[in-house]
Amino acid sequence: MSTTELLKRAAELFPGEVVTTAHVRHLDLPLGAGRLALITLDNGFDHTKPTTFGPGSLAKLSEALDQVEAEAAAGDIVAVAITGKPFIFAVGADLKGVEVLKEHSDALAIGKGGHDVFKRIAALPVPSFAFYNGAAMGGGVEVGLHASYRTVSSGVPAFSLPEVFLGLVPGWGGCTILPNLIGPSKAIKVIIENSMSQNKQLKGQDVFELGIADAIFEPADFLEQSILWAAKVLTGATVVEREEIDRGKAWDDAVAWGRLIADSKVHGAAPAAYKALDIIQQVKDQDLQAGFDAEDVALADLIMSGELRAGLYAFNLVQRRAKRPFGAPDKSLARPVTKVGVVGAGLMASQLALLFARRLQVPVVLTDIDQERVDKGVGYVHAEIDKLLAKGRVNPDNANRLKGLVTGSLDKAAAFGDADFVIEAVFEEMGVKQTVFADLEAVVSPTCVLATNTSSLSVTEMASKLQHPERVVGFHFFNPVAILPLLEIVRGEQTDDASLATAFGVAKKLKKTAVLVKDAPAFVVNRILTRFMGEIQAIIDEGTPIETVEKGVLPLGLPMSPIVLLELVGPAIAQHVSETLNRAFPERFGVSENLGKVVKAGKRGFYIWVDGQQVLDPEVLALLTFGDTVLTEQQVLDRSLDAVAQEIGLMLDEGVVGEAQDIDLCMITGAGWPFHLGGITPYLDRSGVSERVNGKKFLAPGLASVPE
Amino acid sequence: MPRTSRDVVFVDGVRTPFGKAGPKGIYHETRADDLVVKCIRELVRRNPSLPTDRIDEVAIAATTQIGDQGLTIGRTAALLAGLPKSVPGYSIDRMCAGALTAVTATAGGIAFGAYDIVVAGGVEHMGRHPMGEGVDPNPRFVSEKLVDESALFMGMTAENLHDRFPHITKERCDAYAVRSQEKAAKAYANGDIQPDLVPITIRNTNPEAGETGWGLATTDEPMRPGTSMESLAGLKTPFRPHGNITAGNSAGLNDGATASLLAAEDVAEELGLPVKMRLVSYAFAGVEPEVMGIGPVPATEKALAKAGLTIDDIQAFEVNEAFAVQVIAFLDHYGIADDDPRVNPYGGAIAFGHPLASSGVRLMNQLARSFEQRTDVRYGLTTMCVGFGMGATVIWENPHFEGGK
Repeated sequence: MSTTELLKRAAELFPGEVVTTAHVRHLDLPLGAGRLALITLDNGFDHTKPTTFGPGSLAKLSEALDQVEAEAAAGDIVAVAITGKPFIFAVGADLKGVEVLKEHSDALAIGKGGHDVFKRIAALPVPSFAFYNGAAMGGGVEVGLHASYRTVSSGVPAFSLPEVFLGLVPGWGGCTILPNLIGPSKAIKVIIENSMSQNKQLKGQDVFELGIADAIFEPADFLEQSILWAAKVLTGATVVEREEIDRGKAWDDAVAWGRLIADSKVHGAAPAAYKALDIIQQVKDQDLQAGFDAEDVALADLIMSGELRAGLYAFNLVQRRAKRPFGAPDKSLARPVTKVGVVGAGLMASQLALLFARRLQVPVVLTDIDQERVDKGVGYVHAEIDKLLAKGRVNPDNANRLKGLVTGSLDKAAAFGDADFVIEAVFEEMGVKQTVFADLEAVVSPTCVLATNTSSLSVTEMASKLQHPERVVGFHFFNPVAILPLLEIVRGEQTDDASLATAFGVAKKLKKTAVLVKDAPAFVVNRILTRFMGEIQAIIDEGTPIETVEKGVLPLGLPMSPIVLLELVGPAIAQHVSETLNRAFPERFGVSENLGKVVKAGKRGFYIWVDGQQVLDPEVLALLTFGDTVLTEQQVLDRSLDAVAQEIGLMLDEGVVGEAQDIDLCMITGAGWPFHLGGITPYLDRSGVSERVNGKKFLAPGLASVPE
Repeated sequence: MPRTSRDVVFVDGVRTPFGKAGPKGIYHETRADDLVVKCIRELVRRNPSLPTDRIDEVAIAATTQIGDQGLTIGRTAALLAGLPKSVPGYSIDRMCAGALTAVTATAGGIAFGAYDIVVAGGVEHMGRHPMGEGVDPNPRFVSEKLVDESALFMGMTAENLHDRFPHITKERCDAYAVRSQEKAAKAYANGDIQPDLVPITIRNTNPEAGETGWGLATTDEPMRPGTSMESLAGLKTPFRPHGNITAGNSAGLNDGATASLLAAEDVAEELGLPVKMRLVSYAFAGVEPEVMGIGPVPATEKALAKAGLTIDDIQAFEVNEAFAVQVIAFLDHYGIADDDPRVNPYGGAIAFGHPLASSGVRLMNQLARSFEQRTDVRYGLTTMCVGFGMGATVIWENPHFEGGK
């Protein structure tokens, strides 16, 4: 099929595409260098709707290339350059167009169609330039890689090949050209390491230093200077020199290093990074066409894979659903929050105080039972602000402002009388928390929201003794508070819409991903994690070796093994939560005697480090008693996933969250569960666990899977 | 405290190519502030020995100081150009003589010792800010007959000038305009204009205005090479039925920006900055607003008197061509022929355009070009008429002067 036919067919599958036009305009280069055809990629919207490539857009670019090819052949132009609309170069393939693909052949056509068009840039009979004027991602980066030369604006805020992050490979030349341009190590840094580190973005200066761009100019007159630079290159006044690439063992070593990175992130569980590395290895021989062909196949295979569909689903959850919390009341009901109180001055409370002060920029008062604790809490916050100052994250004026905002007081009436939002982070015990709220109610205004950071207690019960229980909300953060985005907002039975809307308003200002959850034991993340860990612990207690258990769950590609997670959470806290859930659901949540012994012995976990190796702590092993039921790795995986699937099914029946999507959003943003699992329910669906356990899938077909 | 006045030099000047105002003009989708920002950056780039933190002032003129020409554009342009935050800036308005006034005001500061180095320029985007945008003339002007209503409309004041000097005919004006176009085309052919132009990338999203996407402005859009007496004869006279003033014998409505670098002569020497012109004197004068075009005459008289020179000492003239009639009135006053080769040798505003507050520095760039090419010339002047009845003249000395031949 010709490229035109290929793209036409692809465009029919994707009628909703926002088509990017490739405007061709001619200009006289400075220095008498001749006539330039400058192609501007522009989807006709402003920078808030970045330029993307779907099949229709590729066809437009192809038409533009028809024109400049003819002009170059006729000698009418001396060079071709590509740039973007203001602030945006191009941000890659339109993912909505990928989601609708049902056939492997159509997926193959997307990859091939892009290659067919982009390749023509390199094949032009005149030199070609890409002027990266603004954000460039994925296919946007790749279109420029096909050019002979590149410039970048020092103002470019985001430049990346995010494909592996989503579950794809850079498949329009990225895997093939980039390692041959800047060497495999730097290419792997961009394609694998950055992509797998929460999709880390490069800035303009990085793009230049990596050698992706040959020249860098400031944004104020970036395009003028790029055009002048192109004229200098064309007249020979500037000679572009690039680093020699070592195509020997160093190439293989770089790819091996890439595999280590991939293993450390997904443990082999998601294929994208490995496919990208295979192509990078292959193109060591500089056979670009073979590389492009390999990209086409890898791209098509991945597009038809569950991992990619789960990745896109996850991407949509964190990009779209996270911004419009499901079930949240109308935001116009929210009351303004001009002062915040924090009860407790321990570590958690201090972290919260810092977060509130930084994001809300309103006074935050910490209280505790004695001056010493208050001073310690405020001191902690001020010390953290000093650290931010030292790192240059805030300037001295901001630091002074933040320190001025965070104060401590023993006089709750004076401190909280004019507060609009008071959160408690005291000891996790119902009686203590009820007393705290009763004391607060005596001094705060009638509309002040009372929030609790409880991870396992009932919000309804906590509010039950108040005159105004409707103002109480659960506001459950995840540790480390500054890093994990999730905030479970718990609606108690009597919580009113205004208080809840205020809580969501605060969450938005805190830049947290707020998910509305019902007042149910341990809410979402802790309930699922505890069920999962409880099952793992039970399997160990019954006699399966810890090594087998670790290997059994490896195919999930979790950010860390359950045993390491236990250590991070702390055995005591894990024990406490499992006891809470055991009281609520004794038939599904056990309490491990072995874990109790670890806690009693004051041990942090099962592993110790010996000579840089992680080994099971013999002192811990000596404490434990095991049964004699030994499961295989597969049995470990099946049993633990069955438990998770059952628990999620029950949670949805109970209405803990509105939809399965919110479960996944919670697991991604609160537990760091990976994109390629889509959180967890897409994986449970495609691996057959959902149907095995619950008799049905969690998600509608096509939502996180290849549409039927 | 005893003071010594310091000599002030014109180090360098640049400008954007000028565009036609309006939806099809090259700068229709370009902000005014960006135009002047790019001029400032080019000045800095062209003079690498200048430490930017030594700039003591950025004075930018604009007639309509709202929107992208508002917000104290001298300061905002300095920030947008990437000058150190320690460099201050302000805005200036004397309508057409804005940039010229930016030069003289800051030059005065240099002479006084308040500044060592300044950036002075101007901008006018008459497409984004049509003449008269947002004006609110005091009704007393009319009720007390302080000025005739025609004083508010520059084209009418030019017609008034024909009334005052009936011997200046439309034919003379058209012939002058044809020569201006011819001289400008020749200057382009000789490369006398381009070295001081800052190419500007221009975006166009309107297919009716030509190729869409990003382009590059490298030449003055208003120029009409090949203009003839015949083609001018048939043009409309929009300010008066059967009048004299046409689009052909006056400057158009234009977009553009300029910027120049001035320094105390000793500081220029210290920093190794080039000296293109040395300031001799300057003066402003008021005339009847109804005939503002005659303003350059009393302004020049004053400036000559202050310099102790006579008109015969002046061997190079850059007269702003708002209207041909106003240039001829000036030349007639001094008995200089309409086609005297010393006057506007590279063409003038009739050809290049006149984005009001930016034009003063264009005159200086061209005078500096004359000085560079004519080492027999010792003194030259830049002069312009100004709305509401004013004239502005600056007299310059040629540092390349090698004595009379």
